[in-house]
Amino acid sequence: MSRFAKLLLVPLAAPLLAGCNAVVMAPAGDVAVQQRDLIIIATVLMLLIIIPVMVLVVLFARRYRQGNNAKYEPNWDHSTQLELVIWSAPLAIIICLGAVTWVSTHLLDPYRELGRLGPDRPVVAEVEPLEVEVVALDWKWMFIYPQYDIATVNELVAPVDRPISFKLTASTVMNSFYIPAMAGQIYAMPGMQTRLHGVINEPGTYKGIAAHYSGHGFSGMHFETKGVSDREFEAWVAEVRNSPDMLSRQRYLEVEKPSEHVPVMHFAGVESGLYTAIVNMCVERDKMCVSEMMSIDEQGGLGHAGVNNLAPELYGGGEKNRSPFGPQKTYVAAICSTDEAIAMTAKLPAIKAPDAAPLVGKGLIRPEMVAHSNAPALDWLAGKLAFNQNTSADAL
Amino acid sequence: MTNEFWSFIFGRLTWDVLPIHEPILVVTFIVVVLGGLAVVGALTYFKLWSYLWKEWFTSVDHKKIGIMYMVLGLVMLLRGFADALMMRLQQAIAFNGYEGYLNAHHYDQLFSVHGVIMIFFVAMPLITGFMNYVVPLQIGARDVSFPFLNNFSFWMTAGGAVLVMMSLFIGEFAQTGWLAFPPLSGIEHSPASGVDYYIWALQVAGVGTTLSGVNLIATIIKMRAPGMSLMKMPVFTWTSLCTNVLIVASFPILTAVLTLLALDRYVGTNFFTADFGGSPMMYINLIWIWGHPEVYILILPCFGIFSEVASTFSGKRLFGYTSMVYATVVITVLSYLVWLHHFFTMGSGASVNSFFGITTMIISIPTGAKIFNWLFTMYKGRIRFELPMMWLIAFMLTFTIGGMTGVLLAVPPADFVLHNSLFLVAHFHNVIIGGVLFGIFAGINYWWPKAFGYKLNTYWGKISFWLWNVGFWLAFGPLYVLGLMGVTRRLRTFDDPSLQIWFIIAGIGALVIAAGIAAMLVQFGVSIFGKNKEWDTTGDPWNGRTLEWATSSPPPQYNFAFTPIIHDNDAWADMKARHAQRPTKDFMEIHMPRNTGTGVVLAGLSVVLGFALIWYMWWLAILSFVALIGAAIIHTFNYDRDYYIPVEAIADVENERTRLLSGAR
Repeated sequence: MSRFAKLLLVPLAAPLLAGCNAVVMAPAGDVAVQQRDLIIIATVLMLLIIIPVMVLVVLFARRYRQGNNAKYEPNWDHSTQLELVIWSAPLAIIICLGAVTWVSTHLLDPYRELGRLGPDRPVVAEVEPLEVEVVALDWKWMFIYPQYDIATVNELVAPVDRPISFKLTASTVMNSFYIPAMAGQIYAMPGMQTRLHGVINEPGTYKGIAAHYSGHGFSGMHFETKGVSDREFEAWVAEVRNSPDMLSRQRYLEVEKPSEHVPVMHFAGVESGLYTAIVNMCVERDKMCVSEMMSIDEQGGLGHAGVNNLAPELYGGGEKNRSPFGPQKTYVAAICSTDEAIAMTAKLPAIKAPDAAPLVGKGLIRPEMVAHSNAPALDWLAGKLAFNQNTSADAL
Repeated sequence: MTNEFWSFIFGRLTWDVLPIHEPILVVTFIVVVLGGLAVVGALTYFKLWSYLWKEWFTSVDHKKIGIMYMVLGLVMLLRGFADALMMRLQQAIAFNGYEGYLNAHHYDQLFSVHGVIMIFFVAMPLITGFMNYVVPLQIGARDVSFPFLNNFSFWMTAGGAVLVMMSLFIGEFAQTGWLAFPPLSGIEHSPASGVDYYIWALQVAGVGTTLSGVNLIATIIKMRAPGMSLMKMPVFTWTSLCTNVLIVASFPILTAVLTLLALDRYVGTNFFTADFGGSPMMYINLIWIWGHPEVYILILPCFGIFSEVASTFSGKRLFGYTSMVYATVVITVLSYLVWLHHFFTMGSGASVNSFFGITTMIISIPTGAKIFNWLFTMYKGRIRFELPMMWLIAFMLTFTIGGMTGVLLAVPPADFVLHNSLFLVAHFHNVIIGGVLFGIFAGINYWWPKAFGYKLNTYWGKISFWLWNVGFWLAFGPLYVLGLMGVTRRLRTFDDPSLQIWFIIAGIGALVIAAGIAAMLVQFGVSIFGKNKEWDTTGDPWNGRTLEWATSSPPPQYNFAFTPIIHDNDAWADMKARHAQRPTKDFMEIHMPRNTGTGVVLAGLSVVLGFALIWYMWWLAILSFVALIGAAIIHTFNYDRDYYIPVEAIADVENERTRLLSGAR
């Protein structure tokens, strides 16, 4: 942003900044700084037209009031030149703003890896971004640091000037992860993963918030974000590693239960594959992971046999689904062995052999897939299960 | 009697769902009951029941239905605003570890019900009321195309409002925000009656809104007076047409998405659950594909009102009529191409986000053109600063700011830092209060003399005007600031003490608005019951330009004794300029629709059905559904649907008007 534009902004931003801590207008991370600049550029662009309009409203209202005896032309209702101006002036502004929007939306796409730490400070190739896996729980935030094999609840610590690469998901309902001082927000959703990239440029403690209403404990669902030096970060990691608590799947299921105003928690180690299991909603080992379901479906699915693989819900105390006419609450059970898979699919009705005759018309040959559609999913499944039995369950 | 018997009869409705442990609700309940008893007592004492039933509740006259819509909207405004005051108070005091006076269960209902009421049961009835009252008069019609359907639509809207009000005392309302996003609104996370009240209230009211949309489209397309081509229609009628096209095209989406949510909740389907292949993101897309056009459904008629006001009080033809119409149509079309800007932060990708950001900005071009058109309507005019004109000026100054912050939010990277913040809350109140509500107030002051035959009191109107304007900026200016301080919406308690002062200012602003509402009620009271009424005997108190001012105030039930013939888009100004004579003889009998109570019955049964579904009283649901279908079928056998107003009756009314007109001169 040019110095000139910044000067323009001073009168706008000054009263706000003077009177209060307007973190969105004075952030501490490069991404948020660029977003702030964009707010200012867009505002200035729009004021180019808003201010004249407001001035004219007041001016015309005064000048043409009854009793002022200004010029009165009751039948003047058209002017091609004026029409051109009133359509093209906003259009011109929107063209500028549209161009700015297109470029900035791509440059500041939260999924995009950071290219710079600040103006004229490109990211050096050697610097490895800090990876953080974020889980929005009811009603607290969990942060898993896969590079350090540690995890925390309601505390995010990151070295300054090191790009942070977030992966986000949620346990039950939607939420939005937002550190105003660092970068814009992104939704965290159950069974899904979103991405966010940001960096903290100045050391300090910043507020991290849940920006999407998520139920009764929502107001207390915030955390401290600390930007620290590399050395302090190492010390903090060591401190977390000294914690007696470990984040196993079992421990996660305990932490995941709804709770409010949760104090900071540290976990010295994280069970391998935990985050992937959270995203795929299969932290409980006997639940089939969503990714697995999707790849089975991609292979053609299990047909009716899939229904045989439903197990009654145990984790909610085995209660009936609360829908008055709903079926018993169930989940898709993980498939453990080839025998089980075959036993389950043995109940499949015989599949009719496909018609191998060429298609009528121009004599098109039937696509290969149809000819092999007998049970591709089963073949694939058998192969995968055989493979799985040879690997440790942690590799899920 | 066993428990099973009682749970068969009452479903899940038990004594426990009554909020007797909430003192605020108990007091409210007592006040409402006492107030209700007083009203019922007064109606009985003055023997008004039969009058209300015969002249109002069963009326198929578009003017009376329009007024009933307005009354419904204003009554619900009081409820919705009471919720707003409670939220403001909670947010002003809940600091430094103090929990405030509302628990999460209550507070979360408040912000949900506030949004639902303000959009569905305040703004919608008020604009529908205007369209009902004014459109047939502006196009020289006797009534809407389907008068009974009109009555039915009103009662369905009122039925939805009844269900929402019931949730205050029986059970609870949704604690999900006004759009009830799943998975939070699913049965898993919201098992109680709240979301069910939400679903069935909106479904019942949605039937009314959709049907009234169909009705008004048919009316505008088919019932214009001879000579009124589409491009000679008054701008308010044009905006009404576009709004009703939007209603008919978008409300079915709302109905469908709420039906899917209801299926998830009642029969355990998985459309929007997080597991079993459901997609909550689909719900968010669908509800906003309805929700964004809904915003334009509200604002377009208000643009129409302002167009009428601008040209009337500037004593001048509307500048750029054609570009005004095209701007309206362009907004109508574009409003379907912007829904994704409500969730840029869901991770759609940069190209998709930019596309929807830019389409959103494009809407500001026709909107800007409209502002300019009103501006140049004032230019070289002779502006009379009556109340409607004052609201127009206030609107132009307020709405442009709201429009600007709106375009700002349409820039996706800016939205990433402002989304879900109080900045956003300030923005949409800026356009909805500054646009829709100011438009409605302009309309009320403008058309009141037409509806009742006398002007509203100016003194109290001006007090209300200033209180509203000052109160608005006091209440929402701080929210803009708080948004820039990174404060999220829907928070109940705060840690950072530096925020408190802003919330206190906002709270004061809300109190000023409350005074503005009170002043408005006084204005109505003084105008209705005061002795020095500014009677309007001419039917044209503002030197109006469109056809509704050609008839008497209030208009006779048949609107026009003879259907006028139109030569110009300011039809009445044109007649006045040509000194057209009002026909005073050779009247013919007029064919009119007859009143019917079926609308009340059907809507009443729908409320019972909704209530039964909410509380799982299946026998009652089946019974009321069968009764509903039965009543509809029985109504088709009612052949006593119309009558003729005899010539003598018309002559009496018209001669009386002739006498008044000559006396007025």
